[in-house]
Amino acid sequence: MADLIKLTAAETAAKIAAGEVTAVEVTEAHLARIEAVDEKVHAFLHVDREGALAQARAVDAKRERGEKLGPLAGVPLALKDIFTTEGIPTTVGSKILEGWIPPYDATVTKRLKAADVVILGKTNMDEFAMGSSTENSAYGPTGNPWDLTRIPGGSGGGSSAALAAYEAPLAIGTDTGGSIRQPAAVTGTVGVKPTYGAVSRYGMVAFSSSLDQGGPCARTVLDAALLHEAIAGHDELDSTSIDAPVPPVVEAARNGDVKGMRVGVVKEFSGEGYQAGVMQRFNESVELLRELGAEIVEISCPSFDLALSAYYLIAPSECSSNLARFDAMRYGLRVGDDGTRSAEDVTALTREAGFGPEVKRRVMLGTYALSSGYYDAYYGSAQKVRTLITQDFEKAFEQVDVLISPTTPTTAFPIGERADDPMAMYLADLCTIPTNLAGNAAMSLPCGLAPEDGLPVGLQIIAPAMADDRLYKVGAAVEAAFTARWGHPLLEEAPSL
Amino acid sequence: MTVTELVSYEDALTTYDPVMGLEVHVELGTKTKMFCGCSTSLGADANSQTCPTCLGMPGSLPVVNAVGVESAVKIGLALNCSIAEWCRFARKNYFYPDMPKNFQTSQYDEPIAFDGYLDVQLEDGEIFRVEIERAHMEEDTGKSTHVGGATGRIHGASHSLLDYNRAGIPLIEIVTKPIQGAGERAPEVAKAYVAELRELIKALGVSEARMEMGQMRCDVNLSLRPKGVEKFGTRSETKNVNSLRSVERAARFEIQRHAAVLSSGGTIVQETRHFHEEDGSTTPGRIKEEAEDYRYFPEPDLVPVAPSREWVEELRKGLPELPRVRRNRLREEWGVSEHDMQSILNAGAVDLIVATTEAGADSAAARKWWMGELARRANEDGTDLAALAITPEQVARVAALVAEGSLNDKLARQTIEGVLAGEGDPDTVVEKRGLKVVSDEGALGKAVDEAIESNAAIADKIRGGKVAAAGALVGAVMKATRGQADAARVRELILEKLGVEG
Repeated sequence: MADLIKLTAAETAAKIAAGEVTAVEVTEAHLARIEAVDEKVHAFLHVDREGALAQARAVDAKRERGEKLGPLAGVPLALKDIFTTEGIPTTVGSKILEGWIPPYDATVTKRLKAADVVILGKTNMDEFAMGSSTENSAYGPTGNPWDLTRIPGGSGGGSSAALAAYEAPLAIGTDTGGSIRQPAAVTGTVGVKPTYGAVSRYGMVAFSSSLDQGGPCARTVLDAALLHEAIAGHDELDSTSIDAPVPPVVEAARNGDVKGMRVGVVKEFSGEGYQAGVMQRFNESVELLRELGAEIVEISCPSFDLALSAYYLIAPSECSSNLARFDAMRYGLRVGDDGTRSAEDVTALTREAGFGPEVKRRVMLGTYALSSGYYDAYYGSAQKVRTLITQDFEKAFEQVDVLISPTTPTTAFPIGERADDPMAMYLADLCTIPTNLAGNAAMSLPCGLAPEDGLPVGLQIIAPAMADDRLYKVGAAVEAAFTARWGHPLLEEAPSL
Repeated sequence: MTVTELVSYEDALTTYDPVMGLEVHVELGTKTKMFCGCSTSLGADANSQTCPTCLGMPGSLPVVNAVGVESAVKIGLALNCSIAEWCRFARKNYFYPDMPKNFQTSQYDEPIAFDGYLDVQLEDGEIFRVEIERAHMEEDTGKSTHVGGATGRIHGASHSLLDYNRAGIPLIEIVTKPIQGAGERAPEVAKAYVAELRELIKALGVSEARMEMGQMRCDVNLSLRPKGVEKFGTRSETKNVNSLRSVERAARFEIQRHAAVLSSGGTIVQETRHFHEEDGSTTPGRIKEEAEDYRYFPEPDLVPVAPSREWVEELRKGLPELPRVRRNRLREEWGVSEHDMQSILNAGAVDLIVATTEAGADSAAARKWWMGELARRANEDGTDLAALAITPEQVARVAALVAEGSLNDKLARQTIEGVLAGEGDPDTVVEKRGLKVVSDEGALGKAVDEAIESNAAIADKIRGGKVAAAGALVGAVMKATRGQADAARVRELILEKLGVEG
């Protein structure tokens, strides 16, 4: 059984297809693993044991009938608790949705089911995806499998921790300012934020609609590509979904190569605030790419310095409106409805009790930024910065094929360290936010351990919009070279739980 | 509440000049809602026509109804507006339990149609041009029913029921520029504008625009300024004035109320007001302690709407004849007065009369039936002409039977009554009820003979030259034939048989 949980998704699917192992055996192995370690890790908010086994049995039955199985059939997956799942609780890490059973599946959920992926359960996250540590979950923090006293990143810490703890070979995350990539970086896993509009947002509870993007999380670049292909593609239920073929990500992941590519190093992503060991591993990655035949170019994107400020106006503004619907009228928590209070009072009491401090902070920030007389100065200016950042990317991609940077300035910090210092917390997304503002694609993959703390460091690769395949081409080449150098995947160095 | 003595309308107008702004919401007649696939049909069980999107469930997303956009462009074109080459939806943020997302998806500074006008015709035929500021797309809210209070308003209610079937139904909001220079005719202009707009919407086929069903709702904004002063006064906003007559009355009342306040040295408070059908008055709505800040911003869940110029021109080509132009054409064709035409319009009979003439009746006959017998029946039943269980084709058939002499007026009325009662088409009713004029000379002759025989004394009188006495015999024959004979022919036959010159 121990072997089954260490397999990659591609290997697992191949073994199931070949009849070497059944989907039920694979699922049971992962459920046993969750049982064994999740009390410590707390990656899951809800485990759907029966549902997962039923899905697995259906896959096995299909194989027995001789039906052709898809490339991920029977592979277990951990789904971030931000995607609606019909009949299964969806909390978004918030008390305000405690007990809510959605009446419908998100498009991503539907596509996973259609691909015969086995959904093990729903993973922990910062409330409404607001945070970089998963400490903002109303249901308690998640531990980083490399060191359970440290954060697994956020908001998708549950998904990345589930991968690193071998509770699932695949996971789904969402990335509004780095919530897929930063958790991947600090847990030594792979995470991809696809081009905005590549993966349907239908059924993905909104934080900041113009920035939110669902994407694949995995332990290998190829697994991420297989999952990317399964969930991406046009959806008529999402008006912002791209009506174009999905870039050939799997093909790219199978043919990693950087020879002759021009790789840009973003000058602005270094200096003060960047941990020495993070920069050391990043610089080694740059050298590695050069050795593999890439041409390294230094690129300046001056407007990136404004990205964090713009982000913290746009995201709170949109969230202040998106979260207005949580008013205790139709679903979720309702507090104070004892027949003596007005609807307004019940709404106020429910929001007071149901939203955590970070959510309240951002709703207030956004309400202020959008208010009459301040709109132009705040939201309006932030949108202009957004345009400048997009232009910086456009100029950069005239010179290079991809950009690279550290994914996040530091390795995993201790739980509690930044909990009372929002500004310090926000800095964790310094390198990831520009991509969300511009809408293009980016990946984080492991590039080694920081010597000073022995914790994973992430390398970020950024590609132009709709060139997601480049991430996989470069990522696969880097992954292969590093794995060869280390003699094994980086995760093997993590302590056993 | 302080009751203000109203100033007489005439006095108000000698001192002040009214300025109006009219905001009309039209519910489009699309099959599905503006941003989801739910049905828009009326009368379904509460909350049976809802889905995650129109209930604002977490994770749900809107998709724009293409027919809704097309309807908006058609309305814009018919109102002589410019059509935006590129425009966005915006979120209007405010909390109310019947609004599922607690924001309304609307349009803010980028309406789909802007800068137009609508020429309206007053009762004396004068044309008044109402300038249009904008027409934009938005969604309706759900419906709250406040239970337990005396008034049906939220004040005093013990609880409220929410029905989201209406939430997300497409609305077009049409806003005029300030209407100036109408003077004492301002209330009449307001009514004529709403009436004309309603006709226009119906002619475009984008909505039935039935005000009594809430498919078209009007807000009347009004202010007064002393005559000769350029600057506008403070306005009041009278909400949900939902009939043509009410629009006129609300404007008239507000003119008198404003004049009373201003004349006595008071100031008008900018506020929303409720209109009361019973006495035509308005009263203040809830006083807002602070100005509502809707925090508009572009809706990030939707992509911009960019109607191509080719498509817009195609829609422009397909626009129907404007109601006012059509009305004037028909009025001339039919040879009726402005006043009669207005009555026909108010009765909702224009299209029915046109359809009846198209089915072969002459226009005088068509008007006679629709504006006479059928209008009376509709009035009695408290329904619209169009809702009566008779079609223009059937009315045309009745008219044809009269024209060929098969029915007289009385029989025709009975035939119509039979059709309305569901007894079948006119020919069936005539057949079943045996309503045809008795024109069989043999049968008629027999009836006449019998009448002469059984009324020998009267017959003698007639023979003796008292021709006027023939009426009694005609009556007897008509009675015997149950009114199905042609009375003139009966009289002829009687005189003939008695050898008397008529």
